Amino acid sequence: MIATVIPFVTGVFCIAVLLNLYRLAIGPDIVDRILALDTLMINSIALIVLADIQMSLGVLFEAALLMALMGFIGTVAMTKYLLRGDVIE
Amino acid sequence: MNDSEMPLLLELIITLFLVGGAVVALIGSIGLAQLKDFYMRLHGPTKASTLGVGCILVASLLYFSYLKDGVSVQEALITLFLFVTAPVSAHMMAKAALHRKLKCSDRTRTGPPDQ
Repeated sequence: MIATVIPFVTGVFCIAVLLNLYRLAIGPDIVDRILALDTLMINSIALIVLADIQMSLGVLFEAALLMALMGFIGTVAMTKYLLRGDVIE
Repeated sequence: MNDSEMPLLLELIITLFLVGGAVVALIGSIGLAQLKDFYMRLHGPTKASTLGVGCILVASLLYFSYLKDGVSVQEALITLFLFVTAPVSAHMMAKAALHRKLKCSDRTRTGPPDQ
């Protein structure tokens, strides 16, 4: 049952990633693009975890954890730059 | 994938978490693509997508806890990290948007100060 449902779930997440890329392309302001990048990172974490379940590896969660960390740091750095004009003061 | 010996109830719960997470994350991304101004768009990803990915990670936790005897805490760690950091990054983005005085639509109640 899990083996049959995972391709559909992966497809749904791919649609979500395409919607995020659409917002990343047309976003009127730079803050929209930061939000789209943040969501893209979160959705790709889900894709990595789905690949992990599909292949029964149990090792890809480290990549997912790293992506979560880097996505958060990137978002905070970009918003900090927009707010203060500098990342580290 | 050898899930033939997995109990039916556990399989059902994992499938439910996977499908629910996918639907919720898709709703969040549709909200990001469709809504009118930034302050509305901030709602979709920061709430829905985080919950959707949380559901996927719970499903992964159940699956690997069954497969590898012993609780796999790494997935719980990712879930915890996402749930802690998502509001922080949303707050930072809202502050940046207010700082840049982004235009809001007429139906958004309290926009940037001088609009």
